Amino acid sequence: MAENTAYDRVKAARANNRPTGKDYINALVDNFLELHGDRRFGDDPAIVGGVGWLGGVAVTVIAIEKGRGAKDRLTRNFGAPNPEGYRKALRLMKQAEKFRRPVVCFVDTSGAYCGIEAEERGQGQAIAENLMEMMTLRTPIISVLVGEGGSGGALALAVADEVWMLENSIYSVISPEGCASILWKDSGKAADAAQSLKLTAQDALDMGIIERVLPEKEMGKEGFYSVLRAELCAKIEELEILPLPELTEMRYRRFRALGAQQLAGE
Amino acid sequence: MPFIDFFNFQPKNELEKGGRQSAPIAQDDNEPAKTCPNCHRQIPLSQLWGNDHCCTNCDYHFRMNSRQRVSFMTDSGSFTELYAGLCADDFLRFPGYPKKLETTRNASRETEAVICGTAKIDGRECCLFVMEPYFMMGSMGVAVGEKITRIFEYAAENSLPVVGCTVSGGARMQEGMLSLMQMAKVSGAVKRHSDAGLLYITLITDPTTGGVTASFAMEGDIILAEPGATIGFAGARVIEQTTRKKLPQGFQTSEFLLSHGFVDAIVPRAQQRKTIGSLLKLHSGGAENG
Repeated sequence: MAENTAYDRVKAARANNRPTGKDYINALVDNFLELHGDRRFGDDPAIVGGVGWLGGVAVTVIAIEKGRGAKDRLTRNFGAPNPEGYRKALRLMKQAEKFRRPVVCFVDTSGAYCGIEAEERGQGQAIAENLMEMMTLRTPIISVLVGEGGSGGALALAVADEVWMLENSIYSVISPEGCASILWKDSGKAADAAQSLKLTAQDALDMGIIERVLPEKEMGKEGFYSVLRAELCAKIEELEILPLPELTEMRYRRFRALGAQQLAGE
Repeated sequence: MPFIDFFNFQPKNELEKGGRQSAPIAQDDNEPAKTCPNCHRQIPLSQLWGNDHCCTNCDYHFRMNSRQRVSFMTDSGSFTELYAGLCADDFLRFPGYPKKLETTRNASRETEAVICGTAKIDGRECCLFVMEPYFMMGSMGVAVGEKITRIFEYAAENSLPVVGCTVSGGARMQEGMLSLMQMAKVSGAVKRHSDAGLLYITLITDPTTGGVTASFAMEGDIILAEPGATIGFAGARVIEQTTRKKLPQGFQTSEFLLSHGFVDAIVPRAQQRKTIGSLLKLHSGGAENG
């Protein structure tokens, strides 16, 4: 896998046969009960959230769901959330905070939806509020990027104590196609853009943006899920014993440090 | 004047008769002018500058660079710049970025796309950040994120309000994922400042989109906007391509955001300083005349 180009990974991250958000919930969480709606406008099928048991721990779990099959994918808007999706996610996180439940997010989106209604309902404001509130949420948060990590729409569920990425998942400020069409007026140069953007899991690890790269060898199989479950449980256990002010301070420091090494000048 | 005409010289006005000492101030036909994008009239620069960079005919708000905005918004001589030298290099070795930085720095005479500092507005002390439209359209990279984060931390330490003027095309793709992370970093600093009970006023100017809209532009306690500014998350062209729908009239303008509940007030430039000054006063905890 080492000689895979960045764009090969982009294609792998988008592959239709990749496990989706709901697959992770089904495989990892026992007695999952989906909780719907943002209590303000509606329910966004692109984000699935609810409660259940991860190993022996009661958790709140939130996943971006791209859908399976043409009809389901259409219903789920191909995993491009609307503002009500982000507001539902925040509502469930606040609920988790109240009941001292850790939060686990599975992120897989090409980006927050670019639509007329999404703008009317404040897509930017919804994402901004999540970034702010997650930073001080008084319960552990772990986010796992399982496919595409498309810009602000992915970050809105990834302001976490630890962020992990699957080996072939990507995390990017802009889609390689968008980048190529802006820079070179040619979306066909997406492979070059993907290389330049440094969007692979290994790049993210090198820049300190994530803590772990998870191998995909057994992806989707029982062994893969049981390892992931065990790793999540171990990390939650580690984070749960921290006093809450220390936990949120660490989370702040984690993001505060990003970019510091790249600075020049005084 | 040919020599022979000297004897037939007829003075045309007071000046030529020697009765006046200076010419009346007249329209200088050679004075540079800007065409108003809204009403298409030619506005001489002196008139534009004398009118807060607004069209003298239709009040269209022209783009202002960050230094002009600071001097127009703050009390004379009160601005002290902080973190001025902070910038970032081409750490990703992104194609064309060093050249782009060089030409942008030469043209804008700024090292980065935001300036930060302390200032007084109508006598009230505050921290200020103003983004720079002529530096890659206020593009948010690592240095922009760091400077704004620092000004919020400084404001929290010194119990000062923050006034922020945004203009940005979003996160800077030439700095990749780390520029995306600045959205979270700044948001964290805004939250801490907010949790300390301190005021943050945003003034959104044309255009503010992408990662800046999806972070600190929308995180103000009070969100003000300039008339007619474009404000949105996704770009209009991207939305048209995604949805294949025609965008409604006035989509993503300040007025559109006001009617949908995402902006507190639209404040014309001529009233901004007074409005922000009185908001700072209102939140200063003192008596009305204090």
